[in-house]
Amino acid sequence: MSKSKFRTDFKIVRDMEKCIKCQACARVCSNDAHVYDNESNSIISYNDKCVGCHFCEDLCPTGALTIKRNIPEIKFNSHWDSYSVYNIIKQAETGGVLLTGMGNDKPFKEYFDHIVLNASQVTNPSIDPLREPMELKTFIGKKPDKIELKYEPYKLEYNKPELKIINYKISTKMPPQLVLETPIMFSAMSYGSISLNAQKSLAKAATEFGTMWNTGEGGLHEDLKPYSKNVIVQVASGRFGVDIDYLESAAAVEIKIGQGAKPGIGGHLPGEKVDTEVSKTRFIPIGSDAISPAPHHDIYSIEDLKQLIYALKEATRYQKPVGVKIAAVHNIAPIATGAVRAGADFVVIDGMRGGTGAAPTVIRDNVGIPIELAIAVVDQRLRDEGIRQQASLIAAGGFRSSADIIKAIALGVDAVYIGTSALISLGCHLCQKCYTGKCNWGIATQDPYLTKRLNPEIGAKRAYNLLRAWSLEIKEMLGGMGINAIESLRGNREQLRGVGLSELELKLLGIKHAGEAW
Amino acid sequence: MENKNFVTIDANGLHYKVLNEQIRNTLDQKPNIKHIIINNVCGQRYIANGIKKILKITINGTAGNDLSAFMDGPEIVVNGNAQDAIGNTMNSGTIIIKGSAGDILGYGMRGGKIFIKNDVGYRVGIHMKAYKEMFPVIVIGGEAKDFLGEYMAGGLLIVLGLNKKTFPVGDFVGTGMHGGKIFIRTETIDPRILGKEVKSGKLSQEDFVLLNKYMQDYCKIFNLDLDKILKSNFIKLFPYSHRPYGRLYAY
Repeated sequence: MSKSKFRTDFKIVRDMEKCIKCQACARVCSNDAHVYDNESNSIISYNDKCVGCHFCEDLCPTGALTIKRNIPEIKFNSHWDSYSVYNIIKQAETGGVLLTGMGNDKPFKEYFDHIVLNASQVTNPSIDPLREPMELKTFIGKKPDKIELKYEPYKLEYNKPELKIINYKISTKMPPQLVLETPIMFSAMSYGSISLNAQKSLAKAATEFGTMWNTGEGGLHEDLKPYSKNVIVQVASGRFGVDIDYLESAAAVEIKIGQGAKPGIGGHLPGEKVDTEVSKTRFIPIGSDAISPAPHHDIYSIEDLKQLIYALKEATRYQKPVGVKIAAVHNIAPIATGAVRAGADFVVIDGMRGGTGAAPTVIRDNVGIPIELAIAVVDQRLRDEGIRQQASLIAAGGFRSSADIIKAIALGVDAVYIGTSALISLGCHLCQKCYTGKCNWGIATQDPYLTKRLNPEIGAKRAYNLLRAWSLEIKEMLGGMGINAIESLRGNREQLRGVGLSELELKLLGIKHAGEAW
Repeated sequence: MENKNFVTIDANGLHYKVLNEQIRNTLDQKPNIKHIIINNVCGQRYIANGIKKILKITINGTAGNDLSAFMDGPEIVVNGNAQDAIGNTMNSGTIIIKGSAGDILGYGMRGGKIFIKNDVGYRVGIHMKAYKEMFPVIVIGGEAKDFLGEYMAGGLLIVLGLNKKTFPVGDFVGTGMHGGKIFIRTETIDPRILGKEVKSGKLSQEDFVLLNKYMQDYCKIFNLDLDKILKSNFIKLFPYSHRPYGRLYAY
C-alpha cells in the first residue's frame, strides 16, 4: 500500500486580491505550510502542514490569509469519526504512541458551566468594589490549629486603678506563608517545555502583580534569578536542576507527584530539545534525554512522601512552605489527606483538563477526573477529618475565566494555578503541537528564530493584564454577593447552585440545585 | 588551634530537628569550623541535609534516612551503618560509611562520592547523572540488592562483593539505564539479571584508569589491599542506547 495521507485539520485560504506576495507567511511558518516559489513568483500553501496556530493569519499585513477548519469527511459514521480513523492510519504508518500537547480536548461535562453564582438582593446589600475596599489577598501555607494569645500587662507610668488596659499579643508562631495579591498563580511550566522568553514573561508578570510563578521541573535559569522572590520551585522524580541553591532561592518548594494531563506517567524531554541553555539549567549534558520516571522511586507510601517533604523542609530550615502536586484521580480525597498528614503546607490538585508540553494522547484524553469534583471532595474530606487548616489547597487544570476561578474558590480551594490561559495571553492558539518544538508563537520551542518572536516585556504586560482583568472581575462578583474578602468565599458553597445536575453530582459537589433557597 | 576547629555534639535522645538545628547553629556561629563530631547518633534523619560548605562531619552511631540530601561539599564519615536515601540529590562532597547502608542510596545524585564498606539495599544509584565536571561515584564493598542503577543517566557505580559468597548484585540491574557505567567485580554475569537496556562487556583502558583512581581512594579509606582487588576480573555494564525511548512516538 502506498503511504497514506495524514489527516489535514485545516485549510489555508488565501485571498489573492489582498495578497501582495510579501512572503511574510513563507518566512515565518516553522511548519513550512507556506513556500515561495521563485520561478512562478507565487506562494504555495500546503494544508497538510498547517497545524492551525494562526500565526501567519495574525501576521499577514493585508489580512489575505484565513485558516479554516477542514476535516476530511469520511462517510458519516456516528461511531467511527474521522479523528479515530486518521489516528489509526497514522499509527499504522509509524507504529508509535500518539503524542499531543495542551489539555484534554474531549467533550466531557463542564461542571463549571453547570454552576451559577449568587448575588445579593434587598436583604444584604451588595458592595461596590470601585468604592469599597475589596480584599483578594491570599495566604498559602499551613495555618495554626488555634491562635494563642498572651496577656501582657500594659505598663502605665502612673498607677491609676480605674485605667485598665488589656493588652494581648499573639504568641502562636505562624508557619511560613506565601502572600498573594490575587488567588491566581502561574502553573508549573518548565524551561525546556516552554522558552525562556515565555518563562520570563510569566515570571515578570507574577513579580509585578505580587503572585507566584512556577519553574516546573526544569530548574531555574540564571536570567530568572531576579524573579526568585516570587517563584515556586518544583522537585520531581528526575530531580533536574535541583540543588541547594535552587531550593534556597525559592519562595516555596513543590514536590511534583503527578500532572493532570498525564497522571501516572513520567516526563520525557527529548535530547534534541536539550540545548546549551536547557542543559545548564537542568544540569544535564547537551543532547541527552531528560527522563523523569513515572514515580519517585524513593516514594512508595505516604510515609516516604513525608520523608521527602521533611528533607526539603530541613534543607530550607523550615523557612518556606513545601507543597505536593498530585493529579486528580479516583482516590484523590484520601491521597490529598495523606499528603496533608505527611506535612505538606499546600496541596495542588491538577484536574483532567490540565495542559502539558507533551503527553500520550490516550492518557491525556482518558485518565483523571474533572477538577470541580476533585476540589469538592478533597475540601470536604479535609474538613471532615478536621485538618483543612493544616494545608492550603490549590487547584489547577483548565481555568478559562475568572468565573471558573471564583467557583473553584467557593467550592473550597485557596488559590488556583493557570497555565493554558497564561500561555494564551502570550499568543498561544491551542494548536496542541507543543511537543514538536516548532511553536510559531515562540512559546513551546527553543529555536532562537522562533523564541525571539516573544518579547518578554510585551509578554509580561499581557500576562499581567490577564491577572488584572480577572482580579477585577472576581472583585465585581464578590461585591455582588455582598462579600468583601476572598477569604469569606472560600468553601462557601451556599454561594453556588447547580443547574441541570443529578442528585449525586450535587451531593459530590456539596451544592444545592438552583431554585433551592438557603 | 585544633580545639577551636572542631565541635562535638551529643545526639543522645535528640529529635532530628533539634540535632540538625544544633549543627546549623554551629555552622552559623563558627563559620570557619572544619570538623563536627556527632556522638550517639541513633537513626536521626536529615543530618547534613542541604549543607553547602567544606568541612568534615563525623557521625558515631547509625545515621538515619536522607543523610546528606542536597548536600554540597562536606565530607561525612559514618562510623556505623546508615539507613535509607543516603546522598539523595547530592551535588558534591564525600560520604564514607564504615558499615552497611539501606535502600535508594544516591538517588538523583549529581556529583560527589559515596564509599560503603559493606552492603547496600535495593534501588541504589537510581537516576544518577553526570554534568560537566560533576561525576557521581558510588563504591560498594559488599553486595547490592535489586534494581541497582535504575534509570542511571551518568556517573559510576562499582560493586566489589568482597567477602561474599553470593553474587554481588541482585536482579534487574540498570533497568532503564541510559548513561553512566557500572563495574562489578565478578568473573561472569548472567544476562538474565540485567535490565533490557543494559549490555555487559570488558573494561576499556579508560575504564581501568577510572577504576584505579576510585579504588585507590577506597582502599586507602578502608585499609584494603588495592593490588589484590584490582587483580580480580571486573565486568562493565553500560546502556545499549543513550536514547532508549527515542522511537516511541508517532509524530
